[in-house]
Amino acid sequence: MTVCIIGASMTEFGRRDAWIRGLLAEAGSDCLDSSEVAPEAVEHLLVSNMASGEFEGQTGIMNALAHDLGLHPAYAERVDQTSASGGAGVYSAWQSIASGASEMTLLVGGERMTHRSTAEATDVIASITHPVEYKHGLTLPSFAGLTARRYLHQYDAPRESLARVAVKNHANGTDNPHAQFRKEITIEEAMESPIVADPLRLYDFCPITDGSAALLFCSEEVAKSYTDEYVRIAGVSGATDTHVVHERDDPTTMGGVRESSKQAYERSGYDPDDVDIAELHDMFTILEFLQFEDLGFAEKGRAWKAIEDGRTERDGDLPVNTSGGLKSKGHPLGASGVAQVYELVQQLLGAAGPRQVGAEVGLACNVGGFGNCVTTTIVEGP
Amino acid sequence: MLEAIRCPNGHVHQPPHPRCPDCGERPTDRVDLADRIGTIVTWTSATATPPGVREPNSLAIVEFDLGTSEVVTTENEGSEGGTVRTIGGLTTREIAIGDRVRPVYVEELRDPEAGIREPTSQDWSGYRFEPI
Repeated sequence: MTVCIIGASMTEFGRRDAWIRGLLAEAGSDCLDSSEVAPEAVEHLLVSNMASGEFEGQTGIMNALAHDLGLHPAYAERVDQTSASGGAGVYSAWQSIASGASEMTLLVGGERMTHRSTAEATDVIASITHPVEYKHGLTLPSFAGLTARRYLHQYDAPRESLARVAVKNHANGTDNPHAQFRKEITIEEAMESPIVADPLRLYDFCPITDGSAALLFCSEEVAKSYTDEYVRIAGVSGATDTHVVHERDDPTTMGGVRESSKQAYERSGYDPDDVDIAELHDMFTILEFLQFEDLGFAEKGRAWKAIEDGRTERDGDLPVNTSGGLKSKGHPLGASGVAQVYELVQQLLGAAGPRQVGAEVGLACNVGGFGNCVTTTIVEGP
Repeated sequence: MLEAIRCPNGHVHQPPHPRCPDCGERPTDRVDLADRIGTIVTWTSATATPPGVREPNSLAIVEFDLGTSEVVTTENEGSEGGTVRTIGGLTTREIAIGDRVRPVYVEELRDPEAGIREPTSQDWSGYRFEPI
């Protein structure tokens, strides 16, 4: 069965007044409106979220949302794959339709984070770590610093190449009305910003963000009864890598990216050369390099050259993060993987406005933890 | 003790797991890394650290070559080779990839009461690394 996406929405990302229930309801309600699907048609509701209990003291958010949108008695489930919860939700939504368990599945991802200090939010996210990591004060940014230093050393890559990722994604974000930051930056500003995890600096990191995004899934047969404007999921998969980061053979390789994309490519019949546009999980600039290589877009140790050559710019042969990426759009954990696919839907349907590129096949890679769990989704246009 | 495990197929891992992450076998031996000399694979120095963590917090991935690494005491003689990595704090920011380091025991690596993790759920002692 071919699974399609017939509705897509996202809220403004940034510092929001609404709390988690309000953010999820805003995106979910807009998504139903975007496809003119009535609430009673929804049979499964999936809510992608990492830590509403830890951030806000609100648990059971799938039931809250089902009630707030008038979806009950629809089956409702929360999907947690930390930072990759959104992509995991896409995979679960695909399974719910492909299995025949649901005829219409609504996926809503969201996170409310900005009421916490940077130190507190960092600690909530660092709670994914193994006790031997947590006791040393390891954080996700510090894993990025460790990996970036090894990458630059191992492949003799210039430090400026990481700054170029930030500059590119900030430039793309200026054309995204939903983005948290709509401000261009220069390589000099990125290179001179304060050190956060040596050798990485402030502009190598995504911000702390509130926001939500939603997608509506059904079979192609059902899709056609509603609209001609839909995209197909060509292939989707997920995989894990070691929980303890230092136990990986090569710190510059993300096994979860390799494995999840291998299966997504197989399921779709596409290979890396067929992909026209990609949304990658640039929570840290170094992650855009690792995914670009482990998805098969460049040889190992050569992504930095692809960025320097402009391949990933909006007018390059493989535009990456036309949305602005997590870097400028923001990273409300559970929403990010859903918002990646939202951008692909806009691009494939020709609705991306000033960000529009020519694309028939799009790929989204959503990374949880520091590559602990990863999903890859490949979508194709009408 | 900086405890690693070895399985019947010779895979060595730190920290210990109930099953070998490489082959799924139950581990059969314990290896103590505390008296060995390791090599810096990579390092960072983090600011904006979480509650209860020193700032800046310098950290490194350290590799031990069990076939050749210097054994400071005689207790570890008879190890069967292989390499194993661990992670931990550094005693200094003056460090480079490839530097040789030794483990130094620290009773309390961060304030157990300050963070989100339940204080009684885990151990808070461990080893930082100092250059030799």
